[in-house]
Amino acid sequence: MSLIQTKHLTKIYDVGDEGVHALENVSVSIEKGEFVAIMGPSGSGKSTFMNILGCLDQPTSGEYFLDGRQIRGLSRDELAAIRNRQIGFVFQGFNLLSRTSALENVELPLLYNHVPPRERKEKSLAALKRLRLEGREYHHPNQLSGGQQQRVAIARALVNNAPILMADEPTGNLDTKTSLEIMELLVELNRDAGTTIILITHEPDIAAFSRRIIRFLDGQVISDEEVKKS
Amino acid sequence: MINITATLKIALRALWVNKMRSALTMLGIIIGVSAVIIMLAVGTGVSQKISSQISSIGSNLIIVLPGSTTQGGARMGGGSQSTLTIDDAEAILRECSAVAMVAPMHNGNAQVVFGNQNWATGIVGTTPGILEVKDCGLTEGRNMNEQDLRNATKVCLLGQTVVDNLFGGMDPIGQIVRIRNVPFTVIGVLEPKGQSLGGQDQDDTVIIPLTTAQKKIFGRAIPGMVRIIMVKARSTEDLPVAERQVTDLLRQRHRIGPNKEEDFTVRNLTQMLQMAEQTANTLTLLLAAIASVSLLVGGIGIMNIMLVSVTERTREIGIRMAVGAKAWDIRIQFIIEALTLSMIGGVIGILIGGCGSMILSRIFDFPSVVSPLSVLLSFSFSAMVGIFFGFYPAYKASLLNPIDALRFE
Repeated sequence: MSLIQTKHLTKIYDVGDEGVHALENVSVSIEKGEFVAIMGPSGSGKSTFMNILGCLDQPTSGEYFLDGRQIRGLSRDELAAIRNRQIGFVFQGFNLLSRTSALENVELPLLYNHVPPRERKEKSLAALKRLRLEGREYHHPNQLSGGQQQRVAIARALVNNAPILMADEPTGNLDTKTSLEIMELLVELNRDAGTTIILITHEPDIAAFSRRIIRFLDGQVISDEEVKKS
Repeated sequence: MINITATLKIALRALWVNKMRSALTMLGIIIGVSAVIIMLAVGTGVSQKISSQISSIGSNLIIVLPGSTTQGGARMGGGSQSTLTIDDAEAILRECSAVAMVAPMHNGNAQVVFGNQNWATGIVGTTPGILEVKDCGLTEGRNMNEQDLRNATKVCLLGQTVVDNLFGGMDPIGQIVRIRNVPFTVIGVLEPKGQSLGGQDQDDTVIIPLTTAQKKIFGRAIPGMVRIIMVKARSTEDLPVAERQVTDLLRQRHRIGPNKEEDFTVRNLTQMLQMAEQTANTLTLLLAAIASVSLLVGGIGIMNIMLVSVTERTREIGIRMAVGAKAWDIRIQFIIEALTLSMIGGVIGILIGGCGSMILSRIFDFPSVVSPLSVLLSFSFSAMVGIFFGFYPAYKASLLNPIDALRFE
């Protein structure tokens, strides 16, 4: 059984009279431990696909199995629990809570997973340390650089030991040097901890860090191939 | 649901970030709660004052005063001529079935002297029934009796104020005081009653037998004349009956034909005060109702601000949902925020209300009663306001679609 399996996934947005087909008939399987990049121009449906995989959005039709579990028809709270325990998100715009310390941002998933305060703090400090953010624990996002903010976001995605990490253009707001640092972190995570990583990007340089690339165009998968490492 | 301390911390931070806004929102609740507390305190204080007044003058009391008399077409004022006699009083007790006790009174002022101390006070000549009529007991000694009355003995009962002023710490019983140079033996001390509604000290009095007062102190020309007859009805329900019986009897005894003006006045003091008390109670309710409207308005203020806050923080809600916040996690967060606003406002309001009613009671001189009940009531009311008006915005926030909330600009 694949970790992630979609069958004929379709998403239609109601805009005006005609629906816009954001996704059409997408069937993809992703195994545990894979590092997959999803590429495609804007509007190709790659973000919609990731939102559905991340249980942030629901498909119009088709089926989605996460770790063998049918996702369609689950309640909002059941989806929230899946996001909490199985999926970590990293966004282009970091999406950290402002006026909240890095530590508290990292603690959020643990808070909603009912982890007791002391354990929450220990785990979060460990996650921050792992991302080389010692000494920045009590800084607020506006006191951190872009790369540091994204590392806090990755720490938040990892702190609950989620087996899947979904990153939507994680380097989109970062300069080249920082982008490389972040990508190396993700590769390290995939290699050392076996975290399954699904990465959305439109930059070939970034996609090159992955081991499999799925290309989208107009809501459909046009290619799905292994990356040949040179 | 996530734990309360963490949520409270989130709520306090959110409120602290918008200090001015939070303070203004709270102000609505503060004004509402303090208004409710002050209104209830004022109302309860006034009714308590009235009821203590009722109990201090004696319950179920009717007062008969000499009325105006007409002499050759010129109407004299009330009490211009004494028309009431001891016989009238005895007849009332004998013939009116609704009357429990009477006390005819003849009063005046005089200097009371003990040793080198002296004190000017009201002297009341009356019958032993006075204590029952006025619902007044003795702290020590004995009441005068029928024999004292018959023999016009020179004995007296002293009010507490007189005792304090003449005797200092000494036991007054058995001592001799002089009233207008007539020596009186002190036989009893009256129970303290405090101030009357008009601010009069009701303990500043000396009671002596009516006959003694008439013969030895005030020396009336016509023996048997009295200034006031106090009548005690058997019960509150009997008050109107007693009032009518007394009026009918006195009209008959004074030979006043129908359509003629009475030469006496019957006043149902207790009933008047009870009506005043009822009015005060109704007024209290009314004031509290008006005050709670301002509390309601404060609550709507909270709801308004919470709605704004939910919209402003849509993105934050989206982030929380993305990392696994369930619907109730979000709801509880916003409800606790609203609750924090309303409860802090409530506590400040209770403090201001408590101080305010104390100041008001000083200025207007009535007992201010901030009862634990009114504090509890307005505190729980403000908490309910918080939950009630916080729920809708919280509910609205929890229904946001995570992906829409995340993309919200």
